[in-house]
Amino acid sequence: MRILVCIKQVPGTTQVEIDEKTGTLRRDGVAAKMNPFDLYALETAMRVKAAAGPDSEVTVLTMGPPQCEQVVREAFMMGADKGAILSDRAFGGADVLATSYTLSQGARKTGPYDLVVCGKQTTDGDTAQVGAELAEWLGIPHVTNVKSVDDVAADHIDLTVDLPDCEVAQRIPFPFLMTVEKGIFEPRLPSYKLRCATEGREILWLALADMPDKDPRHYGLNGSPTQVKRIFPPELRVERIALGGDDKKKAAALADLLEERKFLR
Amino acid sequence: MSHIRIHMDKIADTAAAKALCPFGAIEEEPGGGLAIGAGCRMCRACVRGGGGAFEFVDDSAPGVDKSAWRGIAVVAELSPEGKVHPVALELLGKARELAAAIGHPVLAVAMGAHTAEAARTLLGYGADEVHVYEDPALEFFRIEPYANALEDFIRSVRPSSVLVGGTANGRSLAPRVAARFRTGLTADCTVLGMSPSTDLDQIRPAYGGNIMAHINTPRHRPQFATVRYKVFSIPFKSATRGKIVRHELPPEKLASRIEILECRPKAAEKGIEEAEVLVVCGRGVRNPGDIALLESLAAQLGGRVAATRAVVEAGWIDSKFQIGLSGRTVKPKLMITCGVSGAIQFVAGMGGSETIVAINTDPKAPIFKVAHVGLVGDLYTIVPELVAKIKAKKEAAK
Repeated sequence: MRILVCIKQVPGTTQVEIDEKTGTLRRDGVAAKMNPFDLYALETAMRVKAAAGPDSEVTVLTMGPPQCEQVVREAFMMGADKGAILSDRAFGGADVLATSYTLSQGARKTGPYDLVVCGKQTTDGDTAQVGAELAEWLGIPHVTNVKSVDDVAADHIDLTVDLPDCEVAQRIPFPFLMTVEKGIFEPRLPSYKLRCATEGREILWLALADMPDKDPRHYGLNGSPTQVKRIFPPELRVERIALGGDDKKKAAALADLLEERKFLR
Repeated sequence: MSHIRIHMDKIADTAAAKALCPFGAIEEEPGGGLAIGAGCRMCRACVRGGGGAFEFVDDSAPGVDKSAWRGIAVVAELSPEGKVHPVALELLGKARELAAAIGHPVLAVAMGAHTAEAARTLLGYGADEVHVYEDPALEFFRIEPYANALEDFIRSVRPSSVLVGGTANGRSLAPRVAARFRTGLTADCTVLGMSPSTDLDQIRPAYGGNIMAHINTPRHRPQFATVRYKVFSIPFKSATRGKIVRHELPPEKLASRIEILECRPKAAEKGIEEAEVLVVCGRGVRNPGDIALLESLAAQLGGRVAATRAVVEAGWIDSKFQIGLSGRTVKPKLMITCGVSGAIQFVAGMGGSETIVAINTDPKAPIFKVAHVGLVGDLYTIVPELVAKIKAKKEAAK
């Protein structure tokens, strides 16, 4: 079985601030890391691989600037067999549609795959929408919010989807895409042994010229229907009451205010 | 092809020019000079801060004929029994505002095995037309038939905007169909507005940081946006004036490769979204044992304890009680935050709360910018005293 896991390198911190004078973004130089949600996707893929038998393999695919090689190496240390990186200036500025399209082209180039696994969302984009769009581009069904993999058979997987008021057990034949919940499995730690063993392993680098579709209008900013018109700091609320005095006085003032506003019943 | 053009003659300090990019995408070329690399997110920070050295060149192809796309559509999510998820009613209220600004109709789409009651409900909340897809194959959410039904609605009705509730199923359906139409989707919008050009003004927290982004889909239709439950308010019921339009799909469009084996209802536990009062535990709480303090305050107010991401990640409280962009969106009548700093990720999940009280020792904590009532002080003194005062007041009222 051939399994693909989509991963992303995200900033090590979510603390981005805007300089109110210049209107530019300030981001501290904290090291980038693998999107934490992708660790669960990778772990799920490794478990499915183990259940599916020895001729199975796990490929990781990422898109980004050259330094994202680091997360592919990290995936190797967790047991991924192959890695591919989509990196080209033409891919820059991509929104959900262009990102998912680029990934689908990478998957077509390196595939076909029986199963595609994605994390729930990324910590920097937080949209949780790339997986479903990727499935559409690949023309395969998808399921989101997968909380457990219950059985891996030769031609299908039984899994459970977690919805707010029910859990739905489903059976899906290959090929399909799933996005998995945080906590579906405990992700394994990167292994030193695998680190040594995979140090020289070749990674497949793919640029626009390597894609089945080479039309630059379908990638990056130009393939992105959405445009960021402007970025700005969150608006501040105007009406505010600050309660003064020592802490006990503040507590008493708050109790009065809650009573006045009819919260004490 | 739109791109950023670099005017090297206007750059005196290469290092300073490179530092303009928050994503490190301005790269030095081997032969000298600068280029925009693959890390570019087109935030255009370099254009604004570069004093003319960076120019945004927009020569993209003209877009669709916007006048051929009319109506603000709301996709209603129905339970297997046919009950409408309340986020659809919230979206109908917003759709009425947006549609009124450009003279478009308000449309609703209902897909399920039982749609009659839902269609009446949607008409009662202001839909001019409710488009119904009813079939036993649509009882449970499965992506292929649901995506086919929504695709059929969009092809036959051609709405300008499609609003989808940011529920688990909505966040699965909206991107699937947006990709099918090669169009834009903006997830988890917190503010929606309408411009005269019929471009939907979508505002959401972006780049995972303390920044809001204003996003448009200027050349494609329809424009997809998802909005979480409880971000907008449920409108007042209006006089029913709309009509129901029934659609049929051929059997092959209703087929799914996904087999539903079993649907296990969860114990009817009310989520934090339903609570009218929430006491929120932040990192200012020093030990997991101290959460009992907040529990006693919540109990006095008939509320629940919820938590920030940091507290959930520390394993003190289950993730179903997490507020924020990666947790739940809540809109209680009263929220008291204890030791919560107020990162934008958190605020995005609670900004609609009616009364926000913040207790934090740090007067500079961002939570005080969103709180209606701010108490700069130690929660370990304030909360016990507050509980005692509330108890005394309740006694006195008896």
